[in-house]
Amino acid sequence: MAKHDLKIDIRTSPYIRKAPTVAQIMRNVVYALLPLVIYSVYHFGISALALILVTTLSCILTEHFFCTMSGKKSTILDASAVISGLLLAMTLPPGFPLWMGAVAGFTAIAMGKTLFGGLGFNIFNPALVGRAFVQAAFPVSITTWTPALAVDRFSEFIPSTLALPFMHPLPTAEWSARVAIDGFTGATPLALMKFQGIMTNSYDLFMGNIAGSTGETSTLLILVCGAYLIFKKMLDWRIPAAVIFGTAVSAELFYLLDPLKYPTPAFMLLSGGLMFAAMFMASDMVASPVTPLGIFIFGCLVGFLTVIIRLFGGLTEAVMYAILFGNAATPIIETYTQPRIYGARKKNQDKS
Amino acid sequence: MNLSKLFGKKTFPHGIHLEEHKAETNAKPTRRLPFAPEIIVPLAQHVGKPAKPLVFQGQHVTRGELIAAADGFMSSPIHAPVTGTIKEIGLAKTAQGGKQDAIIITTSLNSGQHLLDSDIHYDYLQMSREELIQAVQNTGIVGLGGAAFPTHVKMKTPTDCSIHTVLVNGCECEPFLTTDHRLMLERIDHLLHGIRISMKCVDAPKAIIGIEDNKMDVLHAIEPFLPDDNSISIKAIATKYPQGAQKMLAYSLLGIEIPSGSRSSEAGLAIFNVATLAKVGALLPKGQGFIERIITITGDNLENPGNYLAPIGTPLRYILDHAGFKGDEAGLIIGGPMMGTPVRSLDVPITKGTGGVLVLDERATKRDDILPCIKCSQCLSACPINLNPSELGLLAAKRQYDVMEEKYHLNDCFECGCCSYVCPSNIPLVQYFRIAKTLNRERHRQDG
Repeated sequence: MAKHDLKIDIRTSPYIRKAPTVAQIMRNVVYALLPLVIYSVYHFGISALALILVTTLSCILTEHFFCTMSGKKSTILDASAVISGLLLAMTLPPGFPLWMGAVAGFTAIAMGKTLFGGLGFNIFNPALVGRAFVQAAFPVSITTWTPALAVDRFSEFIPSTLALPFMHPLPTAEWSARVAIDGFTGATPLALMKFQGIMTNSYDLFMGNIAGSTGETSTLLILVCGAYLIFKKMLDWRIPAAVIFGTAVSAELFYLLDPLKYPTPAFMLLSGGLMFAAMFMASDMVASPVTPLGIFIFGCLVGFLTVIIRLFGGLTEAVMYAILFGNAATPIIETYTQPRIYGARKKNQDKS
Repeated sequence: MNLSKLFGKKTFPHGIHLEEHKAETNAKPTRRLPFAPEIIVPLAQHVGKPAKPLVFQGQHVTRGELIAAADGFMSSPIHAPVTGTIKEIGLAKTAQGGKQDAIIITTSLNSGQHLLDSDIHYDYLQMSREELIQAVQNTGIVGLGGAAFPTHVKMKTPTDCSIHTVLVNGCECEPFLTTDHRLMLERIDHLLHGIRISMKCVDAPKAIIGIEDNKMDVLHAIEPFLPDDNSISIKAIATKYPQGAQKMLAYSLLGIEIPSGSRSSEAGLAIFNVATLAKVGALLPKGQGFIERIITITGDNLENPGNYLAPIGTPLRYILDHAGFKGDEAGLIIGGPMMGTPVRSLDVPITKGTGGVLVLDERATKRDDILPCIKCSQCLSACPINLNPSELGLLAAKRQYDVMEEKYHLNDCFECGCCSYVCPSNIPLVQYFRIAKTLNRERHRQDG
């Protein structure tokens, strides 16, 4: 039985491929962020939920809009826009006005991603670009934190949430004082440290019984979610490890210089958005180095800058700028950290 | 997983773990494939000059008879794989694509196919290096692992290099293929003769057989036959792709890095495939020619996958029929799934370098969309040479082939395919690199 009609498909080697694909990786990052989303809603109530929905939708719609405009196939199905939206919401104060959230989402995708050519070409982490924009545009709203675990959080929005576009958001101080339980104030641990010299204890920081940005409060949960991704080999553990290492070493240095003036490394690691940023922001594959040594340098740089900005800068949100700076430095870090190849000759042997 | 597997086994960094797919064929003894009615013997089955035909159309040839002579040292002779009549000397399709000169033989199916009578009996222990190397060339043996580099050329090591160890490559790290595995179980005597001959040729005091630890039965089978003076030993190393690459093998067995851009002899090593040496051990003492080899026929939609002793020149069509291929569409690959060559016609023959015929259905040949590089760095963690495939891929997209070569060590890539395998964006990195290398070679040729 001669097979004259056999169809032969020609391809080049290798003929086998490993899962996962990009879309699968992105979907798993979304799954890993869901516990954080749920916890933040439990923590801050419907305002947080609304904020998360608004930023995510804003990111998806922006991406779809620009893809359609440029005549490309819409890339929203690869879920990377969803990730940017969720990450963005996690870093904003829970009472952040929704319309500002929409602006942040638009900026994140439009200026952080599409402008550079979409997924894979962005120089900066899109979510951080969005946050940096609203940080500059709405300096008051983005530093107005409200207490966690407010009594009526599931039935009542934080007053500032529903501010109309271009209107001044309602003040929340009075509301905060009314709903706070157990002496909770809206001040974040970093602000307490910076402006009042009060240290929050590490256990509260670790468990997340504090005020802060929507999804950054519980270190424990962040670690668990990150561990899931690391276990699935969809997150490079070296980046968070390097950031944590860099922060710890830098903080330890200052702490040794003057233990009374500077906070402990544990406080540095557990407060603010550091853990979240190390795990989910710095590890954005596209904007971080690919070389092993580069990854280490990048992480240390981010950690070091975070400590410096926190201690000596005027702002409390240090890690965002540290990562954006690290992103900008990525190409040059890569240039100088190319791996040594197998069988590489020493320089003086090159000509032989 | 036991502790010795975690910490004890020395192996090279990076690389990938693959599904083996070897169970379909590795437990079945090798069977002889019947003689195909027509045999196509290309004159260039090796690296170097094609052989010169010695026969004419219509001539009767006996199985094992010399039909084409080596054209100089960098060439290899060819012997008749079957008894039959020369049908034609002309162009025939080859697996590499295109056509090449070949001797086409019509098999005499009722001739009994007895080997050409020969009364040669070499005692290789009494022969000089030069005599041995000439005798190896006369057998027409080339690297059976796929490279098809003439073995006698490899055995004539440069005079300024002293070889301290012969490495015998029995890793067979490609999935699906099990020819070397079966051979190491079934032809131990041939293999040991071949190893001693190679040691004598390159003047090396010791030899190490390297196998992956998924073939421990081989280790137990060979150990009793090894000499007491430890001149020949066998070592199991981690099962990891591409363990069978020369550079990886040298590192895993001895911790030696073969310097970039140089031959293994520069590091004091001579590296041969087990199948090559077993062939040398089988043929050289009797002065016979290389006319048949073991190939793995495996993959999807086959009734009788297995290892077959097949005459060189058997067309794929005959092989697939014999293995009971049932499909009507397939990806046909000569070699393994990681580095094999795609075949576009069923009328191409197997040659001296063919280790396996792999049939994969459309599941494997399906092509996904290529997405942008997300710089996940998985390719860097997979590359056994520690290149930066991500950057190389981006440069290839920009057609900066010269930068790839000068700054990013493109020429150290041996196309193992690990980077393409792990890429979540489906970027055909290895294919980009092949194109870049080809264009660079062309550019250098034009520059003179």
